[in-house]
Amino acid sequence: MTDIWLIARKDLKIEMRSRVLMNQVAPFALIILVLFGIALDADQKSLRNFASGLFWISVLLCALMAIARSMTIERDEGALVGLNLSGVDPSGVFLGKACAIAIQLLVLEVFLGVGIILLYGSEVEDLWLLISTGLFACIAVSALGTIFGFLASGLGVRETLLPILLLPLLLPLLIGATRAFDDALGIAAVNGWNWFAFVAGLTVILTGVGVAANYLIVEN
Amino acid sequence: MSVVKLDGLVALLEGFPALTGVDLHVEAGEIIFVKGPNGAGKTTLLHLCAGLIQPKEGNGSVMGHDLWSERTEIRKKAGLLSHGTGLYGDLTVLENIVFWTQIAGVEKSEIENRISWALKRMDLNSKLQSQKVRSLSVGQKRRASLAVFIVRRPSLWLLDEPHAGLDQAGREIVDELIKESVKAGATVIVASHDLDRVLNLSTRVVNLSGGSVVDV
Repeated sequence: MTDIWLIARKDLKIEMRSRVLMNQVAPFALIILVLFGIALDADQKSLRNFASGLFWISVLLCALMAIARSMTIERDEGALVGLNLSGVDPSGVFLGKACAIAIQLLVLEVFLGVGIILLYGSEVEDLWLLISTGLFACIAVSALGTIFGFLASGLGVRETLLPILLLPLLLPLLIGATRAFDDALGIAAVNGWNWFAFVAGLTVILTGVGVAANYLIVEN
Repeated sequence: MSVVKLDGLVALLEGFPALTGVDLHVEAGEIIFVKGPNGAGKTTLLHLCAGLIQPKEGNGSVMGHDLWSERTEIRKKAGLLSHGTGLYGDLTVLENIVFWTQIAGVEKSEIENRISWALKRMDLNSKLQSQKVRSLSVGQKRRASLAVFIVRRPSLWLLDEPHAGLDQAGREIVDELIKESVKAGATVIVASHDLDRVLNLSTRVVNLSGGSVVDV
């Protein structure tokens, strides 16, 4: 637990200093929301209907930036070699990095949530469903993103390969989280809590896979 | 007992043979100078000894631990100073050293003493300590990197071009540290192109060429 906390705290401290999330990723998220609105040439009612999907696509695109940044931190000066040499359990490295990404994504989700309310006029009908789905989905994205971030980093192709590897695998999560949000925002008559259970299940599986495969992932 | 024992070791990098049958035994307290042209396999040899590369063929142990199956134990005891500083540019020198000391699992009661000793030893004053690593010169980064290295007090020192980027005073500090570490019971393997400086320190020279030892 100490290792996880040390690595997550270090990553968040670096983020606070570099302000990549606030100065680059958050404005990028806002631009995505605005561009979708312009590209769809839709009135606010139509945008409200698409809000869940647009929200989660924005989250995934921003997550790619956050994950790539998280891996760059370790790669730039060979710090990952230092982590391996320190004798720290690779699962600690995996969970620490994933925790830091998850916290950053949570901040982004809040930012994007406010964005769809203000720009698209979305209304929240089930706040708990919204919060629960947002929390679990962001953990799942962070877990899978960290696994593939390390893999892409190790393969040497880095940022260019990450979306190709990651986005298709995130499709089930995108569908589940969008459906749950459709219910929470009163867009569609679906059972959002069933979809939340699906998202939560995926989160447990992906985090488990990450911890189980950490030796291969972090060392390679 | 040999601290490093490599017999017929073959190692691949990106599928290409980087070491092609290395035989090397290093006894406790030795300072081994590994020399050879670029691409001879010096860095790969150090990474292998640190338990970072899985050997393709051959047998090897470091400090009594199997080179690959017990690499976690080796990594806890060995220290590798490589080309990269291993530091985080957006953290200060002090924050970096504190992080690496904590992650290495140094006892809480010892952390403060060890850090102040390492900072003093590498001549990193309070002004430098509070600076972000990104803003430091190459030499200052190297000193900070060395402070992180010595704070762990490894039993096996694996040094890849330890004098690179350092001024004269810094180079002398590195030489003193190597001598002090051996007196304290450590074993040192240095890969360097700085022949004169390292020859004076070393107890034995290993000449690598084309991925194998051609002369000891």
